[in-house]
Amino acid sequence: MAKKPKNKRRDFLQLSTVTLGAVGTAAFIWPFLKSMSPAEDTLAAGSTEVDISAIEEGQSITIKWRGKPVFIKKRTKDEIEAAKMVQAGDLRDPQDDADRVQKEEWLVLVGVCTHLGCVPLGQKVSDMKGEYDGWYCPCHGSHYDTSGRIRKGPAPKNLDVPPYTFLNDTTIKIG
Amino acid sequence: MDQNRKVHQFKNPVLNWIEFRLPIISYFKKEYGDYPMPKNCNYFWSFGALATITLVTMIVSGIFLAMNYTPHTDMAFDSVERIMRDVNYGWLMRYIHSNGAAFFFIIVYIHIVRAMYFGSYKYPRELNWILGVFIFLLMMATSFLGYTLPWGQMSYWGATVITNLFSAIPIIGEGLKTWLLGDYNVGNATLNRFFALHYVLPFVIFGVVGLHVAAVHVHGSNNPDGIDIKSKNDSVNFFPYMLIKDTIAMCAFGVAISAVIFFGPNLMAEVDNYIPADPLVTPAHIVPNWYLAPFYAILRAVPDKLGGVLLMFGAIVILFVLPWLDRSKVRSCNYRPIYKWFMMGFFVNFFVLGYVGMLPAEGLYLLIARVGLLYYFGFFFIITPFVGWIEKPNKLPLSISDVYAKNIAPNIGGGEKGIPSPAMQKDTNL
Repeated sequence: MAKKPKNKRRDFLQLSTVTLGAVGTAAFIWPFLKSMSPAEDTLAAGSTEVDISAIEEGQSITIKWRGKPVFIKKRTKDEIEAAKMVQAGDLRDPQDDADRVQKEEWLVLVGVCTHLGCVPLGQKVSDMKGEYDGWYCPCHGSHYDTSGRIRKGPAPKNLDVPPYTFLNDTTIKIG
Repeated sequence: MDQNRKVHQFKNPVLNWIEFRLPIISYFKKEYGDYPMPKNCNYFWSFGALATITLVTMIVSGIFLAMNYTPHTDMAFDSVERIMRDVNYGWLMRYIHSNGAAFFFIIVYIHIVRAMYFGSYKYPRELNWILGVFIFLLMMATSFLGYTLPWGQMSYWGATVITNLFSAIPIIGEGLKTWLLGDYNVGNATLNRFFALHYVLPFVIFGVVGLHVAAVHVHGSNNPDGIDIKSKNDSVNFFPYMLIKDTIAMCAFGVAISAVIFFGPNLMAEVDNYIPADPLVTPAHIVPNWYLAPFYAILRAVPDKLGGVLLMFGAIVILFVLPWLDRSKVRSCNYRPIYKWFMMGFFVNFFVLGYVGMLPAEGLYLLIARVGLLYYFGFFFIITPFVGWIEKPNKLPLSISDVYAKNIAPNIGGGEKGIPSPAMQKDTNL
């Protein structure tokens, strides 16, 4: 029993040394891990203004925003109807068309498939548009409808809608 | 330190001088001179040496390529084209490096097939197998990183698809992906870090290969009959017998890889990678390097994003536990009448998976991929444990020299007495 206090002291010293060492190592590793996150200038890669006056009904353009393609489409009446007809509850990623647009005829989407990041086809007249007449991803066969919602294939989510505002009737600011 | 320890004595005084201070000479003599190889080992046992040589070739050619490569999104593609056109023998370095990677995988796949068929992963070589699977993982990571560097269309979109696999992980996925890329999509930050990692990982591989070789030398190499060395009669010294055999294998390998480098350097390349990367246009048909295609087929065979990613990584991770799934004590499939055919079926299945992994994931190809996926996992989880339990193995030979005397020696007109066993001859002295 006489040895016990001594052991306690040693245990305490060992434990506190190991703990301090672990905390110190973790604190030292953190800056290295954090340095791999997007840098400040990358985060600051701001917004883009787009003139949309030249886009005809049914036409779609692709612009670059933060290194990604953004689709801006002026939808036809049929396409709007088709998008509205769908019951949100039946979808894989339920969302009403009204929640995805600010003005009914203008659909703005990040043109990156939510499966593995390819750019879906459907921007050009000659492109395949998939079974729902919106976009079709050639990499692994995801079909998107005229609201950019996932309808068929491996993608888990709808095409993202980026933050944007109408500065006036002919200009959109994205970001 | 102990001044009285026993020091090996060599005839050459320089060697003695070194040996006294660092016993590296006796180490090499023990591990690569007198190291006993089972004398029934066939050419399958040369692929470890071939893989080592290829690794060194890849490191050397890679260092010289790095001297002329620029890891920047605006300049990477042009710097690779400059290597091809303007740098002296740059084309040769690049074709050695790109085709070397493909041959590295061919060799390592044969090496793995060898280990699986002849049961090299079993007791007491389990850790050796685990280190090997670890090397295989590192190789896949390194080749993926390297494929990004030329910054062509396939580089860019391959990197996009593979890094997006991480976004399938619930909750932390997106953040993890962004952290890996250093940006919200594949960009300059990504290219920079991929280059840094592609440069350093081969040296990590080299280190793990060192452990892998050290581990196999503890209990010695396996052999086609899967039985242990029981007497000196069963083995030959590594030097010169196995070294000569490896050298012949190396010559054959040199002819094969040279034929590709000089006469078909782009046979295994994708034409789309000669188009500079364009973040706004995805190629119509994205294909991985053929040597990763079986795993890509598994990814696409599952109609769910997370499920596909889990099964793809699971297909590699499952290899780690193979030594514990296999219940049979008999190593070599030559003595396992049932498992042998399932094992061959596994190899064929892997090949078929690779084939459909290069084709669009539609219709019949998708169906084949799904059947292949079932067999892949069924082989590990059901067939391997079950067959090991019910199968009655053939009678194992008493010793390696027994096999040798019965099967090999009569054919070359000698016999156990006619040919003195090399192991019995006096050890070569340096």
